[in-house]
Amino acid sequence: MIAMVVGAIHPGTLQVFWFMLIGVMWLMYFFLEGFDFGVGILLPFIAKDDLDRRVLLNTFGQVWDGNEVWLIVAGGATFAAFPRWYALLFSGFYLPLLLILLALIVRGVAFEFRNHNRAPAWRASWDRAIFWGSLLPSILWGVAFADFVAGVPIGKDGRYVAGFWHLLTPYSILGGITLLALFCLHGSTFVSLRTTGDLRERARSAARRIAPVAIAAVIAFLSWTFSNAIGAHDTGIVPSFIPLLAIVAVISTAWLVSEHLDGWAFLSTGLAIILTVGTLLLNLYPRVMVSSVSPAYDLTIVNTASAHYTLVVMTIVAGIFAPIVLLYQGWSYWVFRKRVMRPTEQPPLGTSAAAGPPPGGVATTVPSSEKVGPVPDKADPMAPAEGS
Amino acid sequence: MLPLAAGVAPVTLARWQFGVTTIYHFLFVPLTIGLALIVAIMQTAAYRSGKPHWDSMARWWGKLFLINFAIGVVTGIVQEFQFGMDWSHFSTFVGNIFGPPLAMEGLLAFFLESTFIGIWIFGRGRVSPRIHLISIWLVAFGTTVSAYFILSANAWMQHPVGYKIDPKTHQAVMVDFWAVMTNPTLLGQFTHVVLAAYTTGAFFVLGVSAWQLLHNRSQEIFGRSLRVALVVGFIAILGTIWFGDSQAQLMTKEQPMKMASAEALYHTQDGASFSLLTIGNLSGQPIFQIRLPHLLSVLADRSWDGKVLGIDNVQAAEVKKYGPGNYEPIIWVTYWTFRLMVGLGFLMLGVGLWGLWLLKKKRLEKKRWFLWALVWCIPVPFLANTFGWIFTEMGRQPWVVYGLLKTSKAVSHIGTGYIGTSFAVFAGVYSILAVVEIGLMVKTAKTPPDEPKEPEAGSETGTRTEVPELVY
Repeated sequence: MIAMVVGAIHPGTLQVFWFMLIGVMWLMYFFLEGFDFGVGILLPFIAKDDLDRRVLLNTFGQVWDGNEVWLIVAGGATFAAFPRWYALLFSGFYLPLLLILLALIVRGVAFEFRNHNRAPAWRASWDRAIFWGSLLPSILWGVAFADFVAGVPIGKDGRYVAGFWHLLTPYSILGGITLLALFCLHGSTFVSLRTTGDLRERARSAARRIAPVAIAAVIAFLSWTFSNAIGAHDTGIVPSFIPLLAIVAVISTAWLVSEHLDGWAFLSTGLAIILTVGTLLLNLYPRVMVSSVSPAYDLTIVNTASAHYTLVVMTIVAGIFAPIVLLYQGWSYWVFRKRVMRPTEQPPLGTSAAAGPPPGGVATTVPSSEKVGPVPDKADPMAPAEGS
Repeated sequence: MLPLAAGVAPVTLARWQFGVTTIYHFLFVPLTIGLALIVAIMQTAAYRSGKPHWDSMARWWGKLFLINFAIGVVTGIVQEFQFGMDWSHFSTFVGNIFGPPLAMEGLLAFFLESTFIGIWIFGRGRVSPRIHLISIWLVAFGTTVSAYFILSANAWMQHPVGYKIDPKTHQAVMVDFWAVMTNPTLLGQFTHVVLAAYTTGAFFVLGVSAWQLLHNRSQEIFGRSLRVALVVGFIAILGTIWFGDSQAQLMTKEQPMKMASAEALYHTQDGASFSLLTIGNLSGQPIFQIRLPHLLSVLADRSWDGKVLGIDNVQAAEVKKYGPGNYEPIIWVTYWTFRLMVGLGFLMLGVGLWGLWLLKKKRLEKKRWFLWALVWCIPVPFLANTFGWIFTEMGRQPWVVYGLLKTSKAVSHIGTGYIGTSFAVFAGVYSILAVVEIGLMVKTAKTPPDEPKEPEAGSETGTRTEVPELVY
């Protein structure tokens, strides 16, 4: 029954639908992993001691793995719905993807491994892995997405392999900086939403300092993107209000941070990421890989798509399971909605009965609804928190 | 970049890279699948009985489970990316059929695993014990679902079904999704692989528990762990062998070359015997062999005098069917990996039987030499898994998709330098990770368990007072 209904949809419509869906997966990925990349990059700057670092890692510890699955699903969906796109994208951007993979590997194990030894040198090494493992992909995804739009020299044979330096143009480097700045901003608003006391203050001041950079980068990058699009006469699909809204979002973040509206600030940095990357994706459509040699060699959703049958099957499966995934992933964020506190901080009266200084490495939480410091800020960086 | 790699064909390097990264990944995956089940069983016992030692057990094994889980996750991303990176022609050719299971694996399995592992690690004390228990079961379920989807992709490479070749694009396109998901090869592979994963988890728990008991650690915790793992392990290895055996008949029908090369049987034979081992060369002039009469026929065909096709005969048939070329895999590899896989499987079955007998005699925890044997058995399932995959993948060569696409035609159009670089980089990083991982596992496996915690009284608010830890 469902199969008949979906099967009756025009093949072209399903191709557009799957392009949009893959686009949404990338946006989810950047929105979600954007903040855990951001926190990873800010780790050395806003944490004063190991306990701070642990609090920071625990702000996203429950969810980073799930965030990363959006990347895996985007890759898998591309493989299934547009095999030629997947094949040329992954072989063409070989070296950047190799670097991204390495970064994700060391970063992923670092979260788990750092905790298994208290030696400062051990932890410092894994913290460096987390920093670089968050920094590199942030830049490289920005570079890659800028290159998608700017095009790469795909020839007549439909082949292309990028030399690494080849991919680094002024435009793509600006793309890398833009995404990096946005992720840092997103990470800092996330930390101010998820922590208390000094850490929250330091995250806010980091956000205030990053905001001007992010604003400048977004304005420059999107203007460049949009003027390129005008030059190529393909602005039709990118209504100008989308890049403009991206700029509005990132500017308003600066104001929201200064007003201590942590939740709204986090939303607006997320929106800025979505609208910026969204501009690129809309600019790309209906192409998936742009040839800088000739438009005749562009890969499009039409000439890379899987056969109709595969798209129908995929549509049905995604239609059933994607809402379920969104529900339980959303629920998991709800479960961990409380702020992460340093153990030395006492929870306000009545929130928890866990009295006394908790033993090594135990944190307490307060409801995030309490906006400004009901928590006495007696966080002492020198406190013997680890009990080591 | 690599002077050594210069002159080596990209396809050779790409194969080595895929082999090394996949074997590496699959060292951790079966342990994840197996330990998830065992930890879930322990936590269920803790939930139902309310006894603190079950809870300590689930926590203690949970630590080992998580170290292993982390590395399985990150090496898995590489797997999905390198189909496109190194094997872009393969990806283009099979994407219509191979892509959907990959996408569904992400959507149905990875989200489930990653979300609920987060709930399980961080949720203790924050979600109800019931939800916490359900979380570990969902993780265990997710790992198994993941195995189903990725094996459906692999089974299609072994035995393509539900497809046609598009005359215009020369791609394989799907015509019957249901056929792909119920591929007979898939059903055999899935049960065999998942049960092998349970075996892996069980033998790991057996070995580590034995070591702990030999060092006079908590009888309550490790004696129980030993018994749980013994039961799980025995059922699992029995099933692994059973379904492995039924796969042999499918393989004989679907990939006769693989069966023939498993025995290095060159000429078609009725009532073929099975050689346990061969000294000398495999091409017909052995110096010494131990042979079990008729066993190969029974294995391949379920009959005493069944005909088993020989390598030379299948080669001739495939030349006729697919055109001139060499259709033989590397015989010594298939011959020996098959024997090692089967042999190690039976070794584990023997150990399991021995353990059950000691259990019945109530001497399980007292036989020190049996406990030491269990410790030494820890690597056995990992080796058997590895040999099994080398056998089935290398036994399919020269095909990457049996009968449809040759491995030599599947590789990306990229230079040796790129693949050489990435191979070197992965080999380097994976080696370092292996050292760290094994070091951490050994260290953690040797730690004594915490004292069982008495269930704490509720706080004033009625919730459990246990405060969530800073886990990382």
